Amino acid sequence: MKRFALTGICFLLLAALMAGSTYAASINTSTGWNMPPGVTDVSREVYSLHMTIFWICVAISVVVFGAMFWSLFAYRKSKGAKSAHFHENTTVEVIWTAIPLVILIVMAVPATATLKKMYDTSNAEIDILVTGYQWRWRYEYLGEDVSFFSNMSTPRDQIQGLEEKGDNYLVEVDEPMVVPLGKKVRILLTANDVIHAWWVPDLAVKKDAIPGFINESWFLVNEPGIYRGQCAELCGRDHGFMPIEVKAVPQEEYDAWLASRRDAAVAEAAGADREWTMDELMERGAGVYNTYCAACHQPEGQGLPPVFPALAGVGMSVDPEQRAEHIAMVAYGKTGTAMPAFGDTLSPAEVASVITYERNAWGNDTGDMVQPSEIRDLLGK
Amino acid sequence: MTVHQSTDNSSGVKRTVRNTLFALVAMVGFTIALVPLYDVFCEITGLNGKTADSAQVISATGVDTSRTVRVQLVTRSAPGLPWRLEAINQVVTVHPGEVAQARFRFTNTSDQRLSGRAVPSVSPSQGARHFRKMQCFCFQEQWLAGGESLELPLVFQVDPALPDDVATLTLAYTLYPMGEEIALGGLHD
Amino acid sequence: MTPETTQSVSQHSVSDVASGHDAHAHGHAPTGLMRWLLTTNHKEIGTLYMLFSLLMLFIGGTMALVIRAELFQPGLQYVQPEFFNQMTTMHGLIMVFGAIMPAFVGLANWMIPLQVGAPDMALPRLNNFSFWLLPVAFTTLLATLFMEGGGPNFGWTFYAPLSTTYAPPSTNFFILSIHLAGISSILGAINIIATILNLRTPGMRLMDMSLFVWTWLITAFLLIAVMPVLAGVVTMMLLDINFGTSFFDAAGGGDPVLFQHLFWFFGHPEVYIMILPAFGIVSLIVPAFARKRLFGYASMVYATASIAILSFVVWAHHMFTVGLPLTAELFFMYSTMLIAVPTGVKVFNWIATLFRGSISFETPMLFSLGFIVMFTIGGLSGVMLAIVPADFQYHDTYFVVAHFHYVLVPGALFAIMAAAYYWMPKWTGHYANETLGKWHFWLSVIGVNLTFFPMHFSGLAGMPRRIPDYALQFADFNMLSSIGGFLFGFSQLIFVWVVIKAVRGGVKAPAKAWEGAEGLEWAVPSPAPLHTFDTPPEFVPERDSPSRHSDH
Repeated sequence: MKRFALTGICFLLLAALMAGSTYAASINTSTGWNMPPGVTDVSREVYSLHMTIFWICVAISVVVFGAMFWSLFAYRKSKGAKSAHFHENTTVEVIWTAIPLVILIVMAVPATATLKKMYDTSNAEIDILVTGYQWRWRYEYLGEDVSFFSNMSTPRDQIQGLEEKGDNYLVEVDEPMVVPLGKKVRILLTANDVIHAWWVPDLAVKKDAIPGFINESWFLVNEPGIYRGQCAELCGRDHGFMPIEVKAVPQEEYDAWLASRRDAAVAEAAGADREWTMDELMERGAGVYNTYCAACHQPEGQGLPPVFPALAGVGMSVDPEQRAEHIAMVAYGKTGTAMPAFGDTLSPAEVASVITYERNAWGNDTGDMVQPSEIRDLLGK
Repeated sequence: MTVHQSTDNSSGVKRTVRNTLFALVAMVGFTIALVPLYDVFCEITGLNGKTADSAQVISATGVDTSRTVRVQLVTRSAPGLPWRLEAINQVVTVHPGEVAQARFRFTNTSDQRLSGRAVPSVSPSQGARHFRKMQCFCFQEQWLAGGESLELPLVFQVDPALPDDVATLTLAYTLYPMGEEIALGGLHD
Repeated sequence: MTPETTQSVSQHSVSDVASGHDAHAHGHAPTGLMRWLLTTNHKEIGTLYMLFSLLMLFIGGTMALVIRAELFQPGLQYVQPEFFNQMTTMHGLIMVFGAIMPAFVGLANWMIPLQVGAPDMALPRLNNFSFWLLPVAFTTLLATLFMEGGGPNFGWTFYAPLSTTYAPPSTNFFILSIHLAGISSILGAINIIATILNLRTPGMRLMDMSLFVWTWLITAFLLIAVMPVLAGVVTMMLLDINFGTSFFDAAGGGDPVLFQHLFWFFGHPEVYIMILPAFGIVSLIVPAFARKRLFGYASMVYATASIAILSFVVWAHHMFTVGLPLTAELFFMYSTMLIAVPTGVKVFNWIATLFRGSISFETPMLFSLGFIVMFTIGGLSGVMLAIVPADFQYHDTYFVVAHFHYVLVPGALFAIMAAAYYWMPKWTGHYANETLGKWHFWLSVIGVNLTFFPMHFSGLAGMPRRIPDYALQFADFNMLSSIGGFLFGFSQLIFVWVVIKAVRGGVKAPAKAWEGAEGLEWAVPSPAPLHTFDTPPEFVPERDSPSRHSDH
């Protein structure tokens, strides 16, 4: 009877594995049901450590369950088994206390060695500050003057089932972290609001990003490619929607990318030097709103009260007296909420256009315009 | 016999209850004590990148010129304070034991007088307790008038006892408003 | 000896003298609802605890099915992320504090006085109070779901600052309910310790006690030790939220990681609080149906005590990714691995008990055997999780979800089911229906494995826990888990049916309901009368007893 059930379970699992081709290919180097070996020396070491412990556990189960099922089978009362009287045996008890200890030591030795390696962040060539926000990541290349947000790029319609889901559903971003091949990259982690965790399985890096504190980890990739991960610490509503993408490219490509990021930042900043029209601001603002604001304040500005206030038809975004407060809110954020200080992180053009958008979309129609130059002057950038 | 036994029980029960209640009170006390104990523990071990929260004296153990340590200074602003905090020196290279200085600029971009505090954190954590601050703005709150800008120094020393495998120390300051009601008082409703 | 007792005033007073109170309130017994509200009888309170936990099992289970329904396919189908997070949080809180713990307290209430030969718990009125705190606590907790902003949505581990600065307004009520449930547990633990240490029948020494009593004694000490820590943590949250302190807020000089240290200093012993009594139950049932004395009684006691002591020095293995220094990671890795030793001793002892026994497979035995196998699977994945470098990959994934569900569902819950089937004859006077019991067992085994085994795979492949939607490569395993979840959930309705049938009738049970069972509870009639052991029973320690032979 028990055997039958176990066979049944095995069969179902097997069926599941065979059906594994229903959906897109794996998002990492995993076979789909095991830990990904990954693309770094450390990740491969972790993988082999995992497999070693796994097989030890399998061996233990075979022995333990073997002894158990054999006893159950051999000493059935229905077959007339008579019970023995022994109830202790010091020798045996000492042996089965000692053997697990030895096995554990065998496991602990390689684990300790690997862990020491993972903790050695010395001699890194690139430092990237990773900041977790509700619900996006920000990457700041220290000393390179390059920083940007990385947002999930999966369209909302795919999540709601209105559109077919793409291969990289939920694990794709608008701006990946780009790193050069063969260079030791040290990441420093912190958070803006709550605790997040930065996890890329193929790099075997998972570390918490804690507000007010800084953590570090490192990786060195030798194989070009895109490595995907997700936030691994419950961080609120859209915890499931803040993926990570690390793109490993040759050094020249990395340098070119850095240069292009700097050029783009200069061009973006130059946007504050000219006068924008209402249409330009609204168009740009809609894009910024959907990327940075819609997750909380909702696409139609209705919000999710009481935590995320509505913007459509109520509050400072429709009050002509509160234009300055509205600007301050977007630029400086609000303490103790998911509202970050966008003045620090977005360009004056982005901040100005999104405020203009919020004051005029969804029937708010205040007619107020905020020029990028006004934001630039306010922030003294 | 029943009565006799019950009396025994009742005094035993009373004793047990008294003892367990005592243990309970002790555990409550222990829990409360854990908060300061944790801070002390963090400071001693550098757990969680915490550094001492008061100025330390220069330790005269001599300068180890055979080693250089890169001290990286990172600044961040938490939401809610219309200030900007910049590290003027983003990287300072020092020999262990040497007293060095890094400068930071605080700018209040609003027109109100406001206060804030920069909270430090050092990584890697095994380096935190070897990062000694002689003079630091992180120990107290700062007040800035509207539009005011202020440069403040951080005087520090890297202890020669810093583990050999630590070649880079990162000191991150996160700037927090002191009391949100002051910072953006009228703006939230 | 089996005293045929009936209700009488004098017997009431015996139990109340034991508590040091007067017995003036017992002139006439209240009836109906008031009887249950005011009862100080350990059996009635035990029944209340168990019915309450069964209700919570179904409420928490319904939430689990909401989660599994949403995760049946990729995409958001039935619920939005904010409600999903409330479901995962409430499911965890209700199952831990509302289902598993009260079920064990209920079993303790019913069985400890019977097993130590006491007329009642040492503090009967306190007992009533500790039970009635629970419905208040959980009504409050469930009510938060209907408040503005919804209920707790920060996971059952409620990490700050998500649970403080960023929490919904209902969090104060969540804190209140945790306090009430905590007080209930503490009072229950005091009562259990007082009963075990003082009310044992003459001649019963500590090392003569049944393992269920032993494991509960140790569990009760754990509760006394860690419940104040939980109370402290939620009080600090309350202060942070309402009174401007910053224990866990970096802005004011606090530290969010302190929360995790405090929480897990409570939380890890809490895990053992939910499993030690299960060890005790299985250590009674396996010998009973193997018709052979438990192998290594003394080592079982020492192993339980070692696990309890070790549980205080392993808490940070829940926090390997928060950035602890290398030495701390190594310390917690080694100490955690060490727990495998006493746990292994227990499993080996159970198997040695089976070896050369005379084994039969009634429902309580099936659930116990299922416990041993699947708890061991959960234990082995626990060893894997202790290995820090590998844990960096496992942490906060479905691999962890699989691990702790293996130790809590086919672990703790199966042991509770085993206990219910084992003592059903003592409680109701009738055996549980054996056919239905077997259906219940086999459907549960299939359901539980189908639900939780695939989670190992999805977790290893990279699926984080607590997400309402997932990448397409995890779709198949999630679909299987959801099918298994519904199968397991609905199978538990069979248990309700079994209980109702046994209460109403069925095969009548003699005082000693199981041939191989040992213990004083089998000396009183089935069903056990309301008042038992008003005079302490005669006790012959098992080691001196010629009983438990297979000659029949």
